Amino acid sequence: MTKLLRMPSNRGQAAAHDVAPGFDVERVRADFPILQKRVRGRDLVYLDNAATSQKPKAVIEAITRYYESDNANIHRGVHHLSERATAEFEAARKSLQIFLNARHVEEIVFVRGTTEAINLVAQTYGRANVLAGDEVVITALEHHSNIVPWQMLCEERGAKLRIVPINDDGELILEEFHRLLGPRTKIVAVSHVSNALGTVNPVPDIVQMAHARNIPVLIDGAQATPRLAVDVQTLDCDFYAFSGHKSYGPTGIGALYGKANLLEAMPPYQGGGDMIRSVTFERTTYNKIPHKFEAGTPDVSGAVGLNAALEYLNGLGMGNIAAHEAELLAYATDAVSAIPGIRLIGTAKERAGVLSFVMDGVHPHDIGTILDQEGIAIRTGHHCAQPVMERFGIDATARASFGLYNTKREIDALVRGIHKVKGVFA
Amino acid sequence: MPDLRELYQELILEHSKAPRNYRPLAGANRKAEGYNPLCGDHFTIYVQTSGDSIQDISFQGSGCAISKASASMMTQSLKGKTRQQAKELFEHFHQTVTGAKNGDSADLGKLSVFAGVAEFPTRVKCATLAWHTLEAALEGKQDPVSTE
Repeated sequence: MTKLLRMPSNRGQAAAHDVAPGFDVERVRADFPILQKRVRGRDLVYLDNAATSQKPKAVIEAITRYYESDNANIHRGVHHLSERATAEFEAARKSLQIFLNARHVEEIVFVRGTTEAINLVAQTYGRANVLAGDEVVITALEHHSNIVPWQMLCEERGAKLRIVPINDDGELILEEFHRLLGPRTKIVAVSHVSNALGTVNPVPDIVQMAHARNIPVLIDGAQATPRLAVDVQTLDCDFYAFSGHKSYGPTGIGALYGKANLLEAMPPYQGGGDMIRSVTFERTTYNKIPHKFEAGTPDVSGAVGLNAALEYLNGLGMGNIAAHEAELLAYATDAVSAIPGIRLIGTAKERAGVLSFVMDGVHPHDIGTILDQEGIAIRTGHHCAQPVMERFGIDATARASFGLYNTKREIDALVRGIHKVKGVFA
Repeated sequence: MPDLRELYQELILEHSKAPRNYRPLAGANRKAEGYNPLCGDHFTIYVQTSGDSIQDISFQGSGCAISKASASMMTQSLKGKTRQQAKELFEHFHQTVTGAKNGDSADLGKLSVFAGVAEFPTRVKCATLAWHTLEAALEGKQDPVSTE
Protein backbone atom coordinates (compact mmCIF):
# COMPACT_ATOMS: atom_id res chain seq x y z
CA MET A 1 0.00 0.00 0.00
CA THR A 2 2.72 2.50 0.87
CA LYS A 3 4.28 1.87 -2.50
CA LEU A 4 0.96 2.61 -4.14
CA LEU A 5 0.57 5.81 -2.21
CA ARG A 6 3.93 7.10 -3.26
CA MET A 7 3.86 6.06 -6.87
CA PRO A 8 0.66 6.70 -8.77
CA SER A 9 0.92 4.45 -11.77
CA ASN A 10 -0.12 5.12 -15.30
CA ARG A 11 -1.77 1.82 -16.03
CA GLY A 12 -4.72 2.31 -18.35
CA GLN A 13 -3.33 5.55 -19.74
CA ALA A 14 -1.23 6.11 -22.81
CA ALA A 15 2.45 6.47 -22.17
CA ALA A 16 4.12 9.46 -23.78
CA HIS A 17 6.55 7.32 -25.73
CA ASP A 18 3.72 5.67 -27.69
CA VAL A 19 4.35 8.11 -30.50
CA ALA A 20 4.21 6.91 -34.02
CA PRO A 21 6.08 9.34 -36.21
CA GLY A 22 4.07 11.36 -38.66
CA PHE A 23 1.42 13.12 -36.57
CA ASP A 24 1.12 16.16 -38.76
CA VAL A 25 -0.84 18.84 -36.95
CA GLU A 26 -1.19 21.05 -40.04
CA ARG A 27 -2.76 18.17 -41.96
CA VAL A 28 -5.06 17.47 -39.02
CA ARG A 29 -6.17 21.11 -38.89
CA ALA A 30 -7.37 20.90 -42.47
CA ASP A 31 -9.91 18.28 -41.32
CA PHE A 32 -11.74 20.85 -39.15
CA PRO A 33 -13.77 23.34 -41.21
CA ILE A 34 -14.29 25.76 -38.30
CA LEU A 35 -10.53 26.21 -37.87
CA GLN A 36 -10.43 27.84 -41.30
CA LYS A 37 -12.77 30.58 -40.03
CA ARG A 38 -11.65 34.00 -38.97
CA VAL A 39 -13.00 35.51 -35.77
CA ARG A 40 -13.07 39.28 -35.29
CA GLY A 41 -10.85 39.61 -38.33
CA ARG A 42 -8.22 37.22 -37.01
CA ASP A 43 -7.42 33.53 -37.32
CA LEU A 44 -9.43 31.62 -34.75
CA VAL A 45 -7.29 30.30 -31.88
CA TYR A 46 -9.60 27.84 -30.19
CA LEU A 47 -8.37 27.05 -26.67
CA ASP A 48 -11.67 26.09 -25.05
CA ASN A 49 -11.52 22.37 -25.79
CA ALA A 50 -12.34 21.34 -22.23
CA ALA A 51 -15.75 22.96 -22.74
CA THR A 52 -16.31 21.31 -26.10
CA SER A 53 -14.15 20.23 -28.99
CA GLN A 54 -14.56 21.22 -32.62
CA LYS A 55 -15.76 18.57 -35.09
CA PRO A 56 -13.88 17.09 -38.02
CA LYS A 57 -15.52 17.10 -41.44
CA ALA A 58 -15.96 13.33 -41.19
CA VAL A 59 -18.37 13.79 -38.25
CA ILE A 60 -20.34 16.58 -39.89
CA GLU A 61 -20.63 14.59 -43.13
CA ALA A 62 -21.65 11.38 -41.37
CA ILE A 63 -24.60 13.17 -39.76
CA THR A 64 -25.66 14.68 -43.08
CA ARG A 65 -25.33 11.34 -44.86
CA TYR A 66 -27.41 9.63 -42.16
CA TYR A 67 -30.25 12.13 -42.51
CA GLU A 68 -30.07 12.10 -46.29
CA SER A 69 -30.13 8.37 -46.75
CA ASP A 70 -30.75 6.29 -43.61
CA ASN A 71 -33.03 8.16 -41.19
CA ALA A 72 -35.73 6.11 -39.45
CA ASN A 73 -36.57 5.10 -35.91
CA ILE A 74 -34.63 2.19 -34.50
CA HIS A 75 -35.46 -1.21 -32.94
CA ARG A 76 -39.01 -0.90 -34.27
CA GLY A 77 -39.79 -1.09 -37.94
CA VAL A 78 -39.33 -4.05 -40.22
CA HIS A 79 -38.74 -1.72 -43.12
CA HIS A 80 -35.43 -1.16 -44.86
CA LEU A 81 -34.57 2.24 -43.41
CA SER A 82 -35.34 1.18 -39.85
CA GLU A 83 -33.02 -1.76 -40.29
CA ARG A 84 -30.27 0.50 -41.56
CA ALA A 85 -30.74 3.07 -38.78
CA THR A 86 -30.72 0.31 -36.15
CA ALA A 87 -27.57 -1.17 -37.63
CA GLU A 88 -25.82 2.21 -37.61
CA PHE A 89 -26.84 2.92 -34.01
CA GLU A 90 -25.61 -0.48 -32.84
CA ALA A 91 -22.41 -0.12 -34.87
CA ALA A 92 -21.66 3.04 -32.89
CA ARG A 93 -22.13 1.10 -29.67
CA LYS A 94 -19.69 -1.53 -30.93
CA SER A 95 -17.13 1.15 -31.83
CA LEU A 96 -17.38 2.69 -28.38
CA GLN A 97 -16.95 -0.74 -26.78
CA ILE A 98 -13.71 -1.14 -28.70
CA PHE A 99 -12.63 2.46 -28.01
CA LEU A 100 -12.99 2.01 -24.25
CA ASN A 101 -12.03 -1.67 -24.41
CA ALA A 102 -15.16 -2.84 -22.61
CA ARG A 103 -15.48 -6.63 -22.40
CA HIS A 104 -19.07 -6.75 -23.71
CA VAL A 105 -20.96 -4.50 -26.10
CA GLU A 106 -24.02 -4.46 -23.84
CA GLU A 107 -21.93 -2.73 -21.19
CA ILE A 108 -22.27 0.50 -23.24
CA VAL A 109 -25.46 2.46 -22.44
CA PHE A 110 -26.14 5.49 -24.63
CA VAL A 111 -27.04 8.67 -22.76
CA ARG A 112 -26.77 12.40 -23.47
CA GLY A 113 -23.35 12.83 -21.90
CA THR A 114 -21.34 12.43 -18.72
CA THR A 115 -23.87 14.38 -16.67
CA GLU A 116 -26.66 12.00 -17.57
CA ALA A 117 -24.38 8.98 -17.11
CA ILE A 118 -23.61 10.03 -13.53
CA ASN A 119 -27.24 10.86 -12.78
CA LEU A 120 -28.23 7.44 -14.13
CA VAL A 121 -25.90 5.68 -11.70
CA ALA A 122 -26.93 7.88 -8.77
CA GLN A 123 -30.63 7.35 -9.47
CA THR A 124 -30.48 3.60 -10.09
CA TYR A 125 -27.48 1.98 -8.42
CA GLY A 126 -27.40 4.75 -5.84
CA ARG A 127 -31.06 4.62 -4.83
CA ALA A 128 -30.95 0.84 -4.66
CA ASN A 129 -27.82 0.68 -2.54
CA VAL A 130 -27.30 3.90 -0.57
CA LEU A 131 -29.39 3.96 2.59
CA ALA A 132 -29.65 6.19 5.66
CA GLY A 133 -26.27 6.52 7.36
CA ASP A 134 -24.33 5.27 4.32
CA GLU A 135 -21.60 7.30 2.68
CA VAL A 136 -20.66 8.38 -0.84
CA VAL A 137 -17.05 9.44 -1.43
CA ILE A 138 -16.20 12.08 -4.05
CA THR A 139 -13.26 14.48 -4.31
CA ALA A 140 -12.57 18.19 -3.97
CA LEU A 141 -11.68 18.26 -7.71
CA GLU A 142 -15.07 17.36 -9.11
CA HIS A 143 -17.15 19.17 -11.70
CA HIS A 144 -20.62 20.10 -10.40
CA SER A 145 -22.00 17.20 -12.45
CA ASN A 146 -20.11 14.75 -10.22
CA ILE A 147 -21.17 16.54 -7.02
CA VAL A 148 -24.83 17.49 -7.32
CA PRO A 149 -26.29 14.08 -8.36
CA TRP A 150 -24.65 12.55 -5.26
CA GLN A 151 -25.74 15.43 -3.06
CA MET A 152 -29.34 14.93 -4.22
CA LEU A 153 -29.07 11.19 -3.55
CA CYS A 154 -27.57 11.71 -0.09
CA GLU A 155 -30.22 14.24 0.83
CA GLU A 156 -32.98 11.88 -0.25
CA ARG A 157 -31.47 8.93 1.61
CA GLY A 158 -30.09 10.63 4.70
CA ALA A 159 -26.63 9.54 3.61
CA LYS A 160 -23.38 11.44 3.96
CA LEU A 161 -21.19 12.90 1.21
CA ARG A 162 -17.50 12.62 2.05
CA ILE A 163 -14.92 14.69 0.19
CA VAL A 164 -11.32 13.66 -0.52
CA PRO A 165 -9.18 16.82 -0.10
CA ILE A 166 -6.51 18.08 -2.50
CA ASN A 167 -3.09 19.59 -1.83
CA ASP A 168 -1.84 23.01 -2.98
CA ASP A 169 -0.80 21.58 -6.34
CA GLY A 170 -4.33 20.31 -6.96
CA GLU A 171 -3.52 16.63 -6.40
CA LEU A 172 -5.71 14.25 -4.45
CA ILE A 173 -4.34 13.33 -1.04
CA LEU A 174 -4.50 9.55 -1.36
CA GLU A 175 -3.83 8.93 2.36
CA GLU A 176 -7.01 10.90 3.10
CA PHE A 177 -8.90 8.96 0.45
CA HIS A 178 -7.82 5.74 2.09
CA ARG A 179 -8.88 7.06 5.49
CA LEU A 180 -12.35 8.08 4.20
CA LEU A 181 -13.17 4.58 2.91
CA GLY A 182 -15.19 2.82 5.57
CA PRO A 183 -17.79 0.12 6.15
CA ARG A 184 -20.58 2.58 5.23
CA THR A 185 -18.99 3.71 1.94
CA LYS A 186 -21.31 2.52 -0.85
CA ILE A 187 -19.72 4.12 -3.90
CA VAL A 188 -16.72 6.24 -4.91
CA ALA A 189 -17.07 8.79 -7.74
CA VAL A 190 -14.00 10.56 -9.07
CA SER A 191 -12.92 12.39 -12.21
CA HIS A 192 -10.21 10.86 -14.38
CA VAL A 193 -8.89 14.30 -15.39
CA SER A 194 -9.96 17.51 -13.60
CA ASN A 195 -11.69 20.00 -15.90
CA ALA A 196 -10.66 23.01 -13.82
CA LEU A 197 -7.00 22.16 -13.14
CA GLY A 198 -6.07 19.35 -15.53
CA THR A 199 -4.92 17.04 -12.74
CA VAL A 200 -4.77 13.40 -13.90
CA ASN A 201 -5.95 11.36 -10.95
CA PRO A 202 -4.29 8.03 -10.10
CA VAL A 203 -7.40 6.09 -11.05
CA PRO A 204 -5.85 2.58 -10.94
CA ASP A 205 -4.74 3.16 -7.34
CA ILE A 206 -8.11 4.60 -6.38
CA VAL A 207 -9.93 1.62 -7.87
CA GLN A 208 -7.60 -0.81 -6.16
CA MET A 209 -8.03 0.82 -2.76
CA ALA A 210 -11.83 0.92 -3.09
CA HIS A 211 -12.06 -2.65 -4.40
CA ALA A 212 -10.04 -3.86 -1.43
CA ARG A 213 -13.18 -2.92 0.52
CA ASN A 214 -15.60 -4.11 -2.19
CA ILE A 215 -16.67 -0.57 -2.97
CA PRO A 216 -17.57 0.14 -6.61
CA VAL A 217 -15.97 3.12 -8.39
CA LEU A 218 -17.43 5.49 -10.98
CA ILE A 219 -14.99 7.46 -13.12
CA ASP A 220 -16.02 10.72 -14.80
CA GLY A 221 -14.09 10.49 -18.05
CA ALA A 222 -15.28 13.72 -19.71
CA GLN A 223 -11.80 15.26 -19.89
CA ALA A 224 -9.85 12.01 -20.23
CA THR A 225 -11.26 10.32 -23.34
CA PRO A 226 -10.35 13.17 -25.73
CA ARG A 227 -6.69 13.08 -24.73
CA LEU A 228 -5.70 9.74 -23.16
CA ALA A 229 -6.14 6.17 -24.31
CA VAL A 230 -8.65 4.76 -21.84
CA ASP A 231 -9.01 1.05 -21.16
CA VAL A 232 -11.81 0.33 -18.71
CA GLN A 233 -10.72 -3.28 -18.20
CA THR A 234 -7.21 -2.28 -17.21
CA LEU A 235 -8.55 0.52 -14.99
CA ASP A 236 -10.98 -2.06 -13.59
CA CYS A 237 -13.49 0.71 -12.75
CA ASP A 238 -17.13 -0.30 -12.33
CA PHE A 239 -18.64 2.66 -14.19
CA TYR A 240 -17.08 5.07 -16.66
CA ALA A 241 -18.92 8.19 -17.87
CA PHE A 242 -18.16 9.23 -21.45
CA SER A 243 -19.04 12.42 -23.29
CA GLY A 244 -19.18 12.49 -27.11
CA HIS A 245 -18.89 16.21 -27.72
CA LYS A 246 -15.64 16.59 -25.82
CA SER A 247 -14.16 13.76 -27.89
CA TYR A 248 -14.74 15.45 -31.28
CA GLY A 249 -18.24 13.97 -31.68
CA PRO A 250 -21.57 15.81 -31.71
CA THR A 251 -23.35 17.24 -28.66
CA GLY A 252 -26.22 15.25 -27.17
CA ILE A 253 -24.58 11.83 -27.24
CA GLY A 254 -22.49 10.13 -24.58
CA ALA A 255 -22.37 6.82 -22.81
CA LEU A 256 -22.21 5.07 -19.51
CA TYR A 257 -19.93 2.06 -19.35
CA GLY A 258 -20.94 -0.29 -16.56
CA LYS A 259 -19.81 -3.80 -15.70
CA ALA A 260 -22.48 -6.18 -16.96
CA ASN A 261 -23.22 -7.79 -13.60
CA LEU A 262 -23.83 -4.38 -12.00
CA LEU A 263 -26.01 -3.12 -14.87
CA GLU A 264 -28.04 -6.36 -14.76
CA ALA A 265 -28.79 -5.89 -11.08
CA MET A 266 -29.69 -2.20 -11.32
CA PRO A 267 -33.29 -1.03 -11.57
CA PRO A 268 -34.20 0.83 -14.79
CA TYR A 269 -33.66 4.58 -15.10
CA GLN A 270 -36.42 6.21 -17.13
CA GLY A 271 -39.59 4.41 -18.21
CA GLY A 272 -40.86 4.38 -21.78
CA GLY A 273 -40.54 2.72 -25.14
CA ASP A 274 -37.61 0.45 -26.00
CA MET A 275 -36.70 -0.21 -22.34
CA ILE A 276 -39.47 -2.79 -21.93
CA ARG A 277 -40.03 -6.39 -22.97
CA SER A 278 -43.78 -6.39 -22.43
CA VAL A 279 -46.28 -4.02 -20.90
CA THR A 280 -49.73 -4.65 -19.44
CA PHE A 281 -51.52 -2.42 -16.98
CA GLU A 282 -50.77 -4.98 -14.32
CA ARG A 283 -47.11 -5.56 -14.99
CA THR A 284 -44.16 -4.52 -17.11
CA THR A 285 -41.11 -6.63 -17.72
CA TYR A 286 -37.97 -4.83 -18.68
CA ASN A 287 -35.71 -5.27 -21.65
CA LYS A 288 -32.20 -6.67 -21.26
CA ILE A 289 -29.15 -4.46 -20.86
CA PRO A 290 -28.28 -1.98 -22.27
CA HIS A 291 -31.78 -1.30 -23.63
CA LYS A 292 -33.27 -1.39 -20.13
CA PHE A 293 -31.66 2.03 -19.62
CA GLU A 294 -32.50 3.55 -23.00
CA ALA A 295 -36.13 4.66 -22.87
CA GLY A 296 -37.46 6.62 -25.83
CA THR A 297 -36.00 7.40 -29.22
CA PRO A 298 -32.29 8.04 -28.70
CA ASP A 299 -30.03 10.47 -30.53
CA VAL A 300 -29.40 8.20 -33.52
CA SER A 301 -27.70 10.81 -35.67
CA GLY A 302 -25.55 11.70 -32.66
CA ALA A 303 -24.44 8.08 -32.37
CA VAL A 304 -23.64 8.02 -36.09
CA GLY A 305 -21.57 11.19 -35.70
CA LEU A 306 -19.86 9.76 -32.63
CA ASN A 307 -18.93 6.64 -34.55
CA ALA A 308 -17.27 8.83 -37.18
CA ALA A 309 -15.42 10.72 -34.43
CA LEU A 310 -14.10 7.49 -32.90
CA GLU A 311 -12.97 6.28 -36.29
CA TYR A 312 -11.20 9.61 -36.79
CA LEU A 313 -9.45 9.36 -33.40
CA ASN A 314 -8.44 5.75 -34.07
CA GLY A 315 -6.99 6.85 -37.39
CA LEU A 316 -4.76 9.40 -35.68
CA GLY A 317 -4.00 7.10 -32.73
CA MET A 318 -4.76 8.09 -29.14
CA GLY A 319 -1.09 7.62 -28.28
CA ASN A 320 -0.13 10.25 -30.87
CA ILE A 321 -2.83 12.61 -29.63
CA ALA A 322 -1.71 12.18 -26.01
CA ALA A 323 1.91 12.84 -26.94
CA HIS A 324 1.03 15.91 -29.03
CA GLU A 325 -1.09 17.41 -26.25
CA ALA A 326 1.53 16.63 -23.58
CA GLU A 327 4.08 18.55 -25.64
CA LEU A 328 1.68 21.49 -26.08
CA LEU A 329 0.86 21.57 -22.37
CA ALA A 330 4.51 21.55 -21.37
CA TYR A 331 5.27 24.34 -23.86
CA ALA A 332 2.28 26.42 -22.68
CA THR A 333 3.08 25.86 -19.01
CA ASP A 334 6.63 27.17 -19.47
CA ALA A 335 5.59 30.10 -21.66
CA VAL A 336 2.65 31.32 -19.57
CA SER A 337 4.20 30.82 -16.15
CA ALA A 338 7.24 32.86 -17.29
CA ILE A 339 5.04 35.97 -17.67
CA PRO A 340 5.45 38.17 -14.57
CA GLY A 341 2.25 38.54 -12.55
CA ILE A 342 0.78 35.21 -13.73
CA ARG A 343 0.09 32.43 -11.26
CA LEU A 344 -0.86 28.93 -12.41
CA ILE A 345 -3.71 27.29 -10.51
CA GLY A 346 -3.17 23.54 -10.56
CA THR A 347 0.44 22.41 -10.72
CA ALA A 348 0.01 18.66 -10.32
CA LYS A 349 2.85 16.45 -11.51
CA GLU A 350 0.41 14.55 -13.75
CA ARG A 351 -1.62 17.01 -15.80
CA ALA A 352 -3.44 16.88 -19.11
CA GLY A 353 -5.12 19.32 -21.44
CA VAL A 354 -5.73 22.27 -19.14
CA LEU A 355 -3.79 25.38 -18.13
CA SER A 356 -5.63 27.43 -15.48
CA PHE A 357 -4.21 30.75 -14.34
CA VAL A 358 -4.87 34.05 -12.60
CA MET A 359 -3.22 37.42 -13.13
CA ASP A 360 -2.34 40.04 -10.52
CA GLY A 361 -4.88 42.87 -10.51
CA VAL A 362 -6.89 41.62 -13.52
CA HIS A 363 -10.10 39.64 -13.26
CA PRO A 364 -10.26 36.54 -15.54
CA HIS A 365 -13.36 37.90 -17.24
CA ASP A 366 -11.40 40.93 -18.47
CA ILE A 367 -8.63 38.61 -19.69
CA GLY A 368 -11.25 36.62 -21.63
CA THR A 369 -12.75 39.71 -23.31
CA ILE A 370 -9.38 41.10 -24.38
CA LEU A 371 -8.16 37.73 -25.72
CA ASP A 372 -11.45 37.37 -27.61
CA GLN A 373 -10.62 40.56 -29.49
CA GLU A 374 -7.50 38.74 -30.69
CA GLY A 375 -9.58 35.80 -31.91
CA ILE A 376 -8.46 33.66 -28.97
CA ALA A 377 -11.21 31.63 -27.27
CA ILE A 378 -10.58 30.64 -23.66
CA ARG A 379 -12.93 29.98 -20.77
CA THR A 380 -13.13 32.25 -17.75
CA GLY A 381 -15.07 31.69 -14.57
CA HIS A 382 -15.40 28.87 -12.09
CA HIS A 383 -15.62 26.09 -14.73
CA CYS A 384 -18.55 24.44 -12.91
CA ALA A 385 -16.14 23.61 -10.12
CA GLN A 386 -16.86 26.20 -7.43
CA PRO A 387 -15.40 24.07 -4.60
CA VAL A 388 -12.07 24.00 -6.48
CA MET A 389 -12.08 27.82 -6.69
CA GLU A 390 -12.90 28.02 -3.00
CA ARG A 391 -10.01 25.67 -2.18
CA PHE A 392 -7.61 28.10 -3.85
CA GLY A 393 -9.32 31.19 -2.40
CA ILE A 394 -10.24 32.66 -5.79
CA ASP A 395 -13.50 33.49 -7.59
CA ALA A 396 -12.47 32.40 -11.04
CA THR A 397 -9.58 31.48 -13.32
CA ALA A 398 -8.72 31.95 -16.96
CA ARG A 399 -8.45 28.52 -18.55
CA ALA A 400 -6.76 27.59 -21.80
CA SER A 401 -7.49 23.99 -22.78
CA PHE A 402 -5.94 22.17 -25.68
CA GLY A 403 -7.05 19.81 -28.41
CA LEU A 404 -5.38 17.61 -30.98
CA TYR A 405 -5.37 20.43 -33.57
CA ASN A 406 -3.70 23.12 -31.45
CA THR A 407 -0.19 24.31 -32.25
CA LYS A 408 2.73 26.01 -30.52
CA ARG A 409 2.08 28.94 -32.83
CA GLU A 410 -1.34 29.33 -31.16
CA ILE A 411 0.23 29.21 -27.72
CA ASP A 412 2.58 32.00 -28.83
CA ALA A 413 -0.55 33.96 -29.80
CA LEU A 414 -1.98 33.31 -26.33
CA VAL A 415 1.20 34.63 -24.74
CA ARG A 416 1.09 37.76 -26.92
CA GLY A 417 -2.57 38.19 -25.94
CA ILE A 418 -1.74 37.99 -22.24
CA HIS A 419 0.89 40.68 -22.74
CA LYS A 420 -1.78 42.79 -24.41
CA VAL A 421 -4.02 42.33 -21.35
CA LYS A 422 -1.16 43.56 -19.22
CA GLY A 423 -0.80 46.54 -21.52
CA VAL A 424 -4.46 47.52 -21.14
CA PHE A 425 -4.29 47.30 -17.36
CA ALA A 426 -0.79 48.74 -16.98
CA MET B 1 -15.32 45.42 -34.95
CA PRO B 2 -15.72 46.65 -31.37
CA ASP B 3 -12.78 48.57 -30.02
CA LEU B 4 -11.29 47.53 -26.70
CA ARG B 5 -10.48 51.13 -25.87
CA GLU B 6 -14.20 51.90 -26.01
CA LEU B 7 -14.78 49.31 -23.31
CA TYR B 8 -11.75 49.83 -21.12
CA GLN B 9 -11.85 53.62 -20.94
CA GLU B 10 -9.27 55.35 -18.75
CA LEU B 11 -11.89 56.38 -16.22
CA ILE B 12 -13.21 52.81 -15.95
CA LEU B 13 -9.72 51.38 -15.44
CA GLU B 14 -8.97 54.05 -12.88
CA HIS B 15 -12.13 53.32 -10.86
CA SER B 16 -11.53 49.56 -11.05
CA LYS B 17 -8.07 50.02 -9.57
CA ALA B 18 -9.06 52.60 -6.96
CA PRO B 19 -12.77 52.22 -6.30
CA ARG B 20 -14.54 55.10 -4.50
CA ASN B 21 -16.85 54.62 -1.50
CA TYR B 22 -15.38 51.17 -1.08
CA ARG B 23 -16.23 50.44 2.55
CA PRO B 24 -19.05 49.17 4.73
CA LEU B 25 -21.47 51.89 5.79
CA ALA B 26 -22.05 52.09 9.55
CA GLY B 27 -25.27 54.10 9.26
CA ALA B 28 -26.74 52.02 6.42
CA ASN B 29 -30.44 51.25 6.78
CA ARG B 30 -30.56 49.34 3.52
CA LYS B 31 -28.27 46.73 2.10
CA ALA B 32 -28.35 44.09 -0.63
CA GLU B 33 -26.06 41.54 -2.18
CA GLY B 34 -25.38 41.03 -5.88
CA TYR B 35 -23.79 37.81 -7.10
CA ASN B 36 -23.03 36.52 -10.58
CA PRO B 37 -21.76 33.03 -9.81
CA LEU B 38 -20.63 32.19 -13.36
CA CYS B 39 -18.15 35.09 -13.38
CA GLY B 40 -17.61 35.20 -9.64
CA ASP B 41 -18.65 38.87 -9.35
CA HIS B 42 -19.87 39.49 -5.83
CA PHE B 43 -20.83 42.88 -4.33
CA THR B 44 -22.66 44.26 -1.33
CA ILE B 45 -24.28 47.69 -1.69
CA TYR B 46 -24.95 49.75 1.45
CA VAL B 47 -27.38 52.67 1.42
CA GLN B 48 -28.33 55.21 4.06
CA THR B 49 -31.63 56.83 3.19
CA SER B 50 -33.47 59.64 4.85
CA GLY B 51 -37.02 60.08 3.71
CA ASP B 52 -36.83 59.90 -0.03
CA SER B 53 -33.18 60.80 -0.41
CA ILE B 54 -29.99 58.77 -0.62
CA GLN B 55 -27.82 60.32 2.08
CA ASP B 56 -24.87 58.00 1.67
CA ILE B 57 -24.00 54.93 -0.37
CA SER B 58 -21.04 52.56 -0.46
CA PHE B 59 -20.06 49.12 -1.66
CA GLN B 60 -17.67 46.23 -1.12
CA GLY B 61 -16.84 43.04 -2.99
CA SER B 62 -14.89 41.69 -5.90
CA GLY B 63 -15.36 41.36 -9.61
CA CYS B 64 -14.09 42.31 -13.04
CA ALA B 65 -12.99 45.81 -14.00
CA ILE B 66 -16.35 46.67 -15.57
CA SER B 67 -18.48 45.57 -12.62
CA LYS B 68 -16.22 47.18 -10.05
CA ALA B 69 -15.91 50.49 -11.88
CA SER B 70 -19.66 50.50 -12.45
CA ALA B 71 -20.32 50.05 -8.73
CA SER B 72 -17.79 52.72 -7.83
CA MET B 73 -19.12 55.32 -10.27
CA MET B 74 -22.71 54.50 -9.34
CA THR B 75 -22.05 55.35 -5.70
CA GLN B 76 -20.44 58.63 -6.74
CA SER B 77 -23.31 59.68 -8.94
CA LEU B 78 -26.13 58.80 -6.53
CA LYS B 79 -25.08 60.47 -3.33
CA GLY B 80 -27.69 63.12 -2.46
CA LYS B 81 -30.11 61.98 -5.18
CA THR B 82 -33.76 61.06 -4.57
CA ARG B 83 -34.98 57.52 -5.15
CA GLN B 84 -36.89 58.69 -8.19
CA GLN B 85 -33.76 60.31 -9.64
CA ALA B 86 -31.81 57.11 -8.98
CA LYS B 87 -34.46 55.09 -10.75
CA GLU B 88 -34.40 57.36 -13.78
CA LEU B 89 -30.62 57.32 -13.93
CA PHE B 90 -30.62 53.50 -13.83
CA GLU B 91 -33.13 53.38 -16.67
CA HIS B 92 -31.02 55.71 -18.73
CA PHE B 93 -27.82 53.82 -17.87
CA HIS B 94 -29.45 50.51 -18.77
CA GLN B 95 -30.62 51.78 -22.14
CA THR B 96 -27.13 53.06 -22.85
CA VAL B 97 -25.20 49.89 -21.98
CA THR B 98 -27.65 47.66 -23.84
CA GLY B 99 -27.46 49.91 -26.88
CA ALA B 100 -31.20 50.61 -26.77
CA LYS B 101 -30.44 54.32 -26.83
CA ASN B 102 -27.34 56.16 -27.91
CA GLY B 103 -26.17 59.68 -28.34
CA ASP B 104 -27.82 61.90 -25.73
CA SER B 105 -25.48 60.83 -22.94
CA ALA B 106 -25.29 64.29 -21.43
CA ASP B 107 -27.69 63.47 -18.55
CA LEU B 108 -25.56 60.45 -17.68
CA GLY B 109 -22.56 62.63 -16.90
CA LYS B 110 -19.42 60.59 -16.23
CA LEU B 111 -21.45 57.38 -16.49
CA SER B 112 -21.51 57.82 -20.25
CA VAL B 113 -18.06 56.17 -20.36
CA PHE B 114 -19.98 52.87 -20.12
CA ALA B 115 -21.55 53.41 -23.55
CA GLY B 116 -18.83 51.15 -25.02
CA VAL B 117 -20.31 48.16 -23.16
CA ALA B 118 -23.11 48.04 -25.75
CA GLU B 119 -20.58 46.63 -28.24
CA PHE B 120 -19.81 43.76 -25.84
CA PRO B 121 -23.16 42.09 -25.11
CA THR B 122 -21.61 39.50 -22.76
CA ARG B 123 -20.44 42.30 -20.48
CA VAL B 124 -23.82 44.04 -19.98
CA LYS B 125 -24.41 41.83 -16.96
CA CYS B 126 -21.17 43.12 -15.41
CA ALA B 127 -22.06 46.77 -15.91
CA THR B 128 -25.57 46.41 -14.48
CA LEU B 129 -24.94 44.16 -11.48
CA ALA B 130 -24.38 47.02 -8.98
CA TRP B 131 -27.44 48.88 -10.23
CA HIS B 132 -29.76 45.90 -9.92
CA THR B 133 -28.34 45.31 -6.46
CA LEU B 134 -29.04 48.92 -5.50
CA GLU B 135 -32.61 48.56 -6.73
CA ALA B 136 -33.02 45.49 -4.50
CA ALA B 137 -31.55 47.37 -1.54
CA LEU B 138 -33.98 50.26 -2.00
CA GLU B 139 -36.91 47.88 -2.35
CA GLY B 140 -35.83 45.95 0.72
CA LYS B 141 -35.42 42.59 -1.11
CA GLN B 142 -33.64 39.88 0.85
CA ASP B 143 -32.48 37.45 -1.82
CA PRO B 144 -29.16 38.06 -3.59
CA VAL B 145 -29.54 39.64 -7.01
CA SER B 146 -28.02 38.19 -10.18
CA THR B 147 -27.79 39.56 -13.71
CA GLU B 148 -26.68 36.27 -15.28
